[in-house]
Amino acid sequence: MSSHAHLPVDHHAADAHAGTRSGQLIGFAASVVLTAVPFLLVMNGSLDKQATALIIMALAAVQVVVHMIFFLHMNTRSEGGWTMMALIFTIVMVVIALSGSLWVMHHLTTNMMPAHEMGQTP
Amino acid sequence: MTVAMGTLKAGEPVFYVVDEHEHAEGDSTMLGFWLYLMSDCLIFAILFAVYGVLGARYAAGPAPKDLFDLSLVAVNTSFLLLSSLTYGFAMLSMQQNRVGAMQGWLVVTGLFGLAFLGIELSEFAHMIHEGATPQRSAFLSSFFTLVGTHGLHVTFGLVWLMTLMVQVRTRGLIEANRRRLICLSMFWHFLDVIWIGVFTFVYLMGMLR
Repeated sequence: MSSHAHLPVDHHAADAHAGTRSGQLIGFAASVVLTAVPFLLVMNGSLDKQATALIIMALAAVQVVVHMIFFLHMNTRSEGGWTMMALIFTIVMVVIALSGSLWVMHHLTTNMMPAHEMGQTP
Repeated sequence: MTVAMGTLKAGEPVFYVVDEHEHAEGDSTMLGFWLYLMSDCLIFAILFAVYGVLGARYAAGPAPKDLFDLSLVAVNTSFLLLSSLTYGFAMLSMQQNRVGAMQGWLVVTGLFGLAFLGIELSEFAHMIHEGATPQRSAFLSSFFTLVGTHGLHVTFGLVWLMTLMVQVRTRGLIEANRRRLICLSMFWHFLDVIWIGVFTFVYLMGMLR
């Protein structure tokens, strides 16, 4: 913690949160490409569904990182590293909630008695 | 940190911090607001998980292919993306103390946000008109909950944006207003990040099923 005599917070924070014009434009250009490609892939339907699904999920993950860096200006230094710590914790929680729910519910569905067989049981 | 020990009553130690320094106003706002955004992220994670589990349960009702118009979603996505860029320009103007330019970019951001909400509401209205209401199937319940929650966030972001524009107009770019504008900047960009998940998992993956 440096001197608290003047108001160091906001100009410093504004610098960290505004980035540069070229940074904004690079992030925007990357986002446009990363958005247009998955939309075109799905609208054309030229690839098979499995491949398309994998590609659009990968592109979404890349675009989230692009937004984090160029628009939200995430780095390991801001607030003494605590924002990054909070982000990592959140990502861990999100992965557990999402993959855990989908995995458990998928197995529940596949191991349940199919609906059309229920009518045949006496 | 120095901890001093004094005795108020005989034989009973009292511990207190001697060098507690003064914190500047708003010193911890950025970290606190980031933690709020992360908690919001967990809410959306749960709603995405619900949609992932229920999104294919149509109850013999309409499926994504019958309802979604991808070109409309693409237009909506570009509006939100452009609003993120224009908010970024507003922040750059704030950094250069150009109040007029900043207010201008905020107006453009707000208009893009309004256009996004308008298209989303008309999409909802069209679906409901066709009988695809939230109570029609588990798919539609989870769809309206997830996409509607994002839309509500955008709505509150717009209210916040207009409030801040009035505050900047009456009080100028004081430190408190700069801090608030940075918080809204994080909020606005965060909503764009969530929308990446929505257009990928809800709309694009839905059309693939």
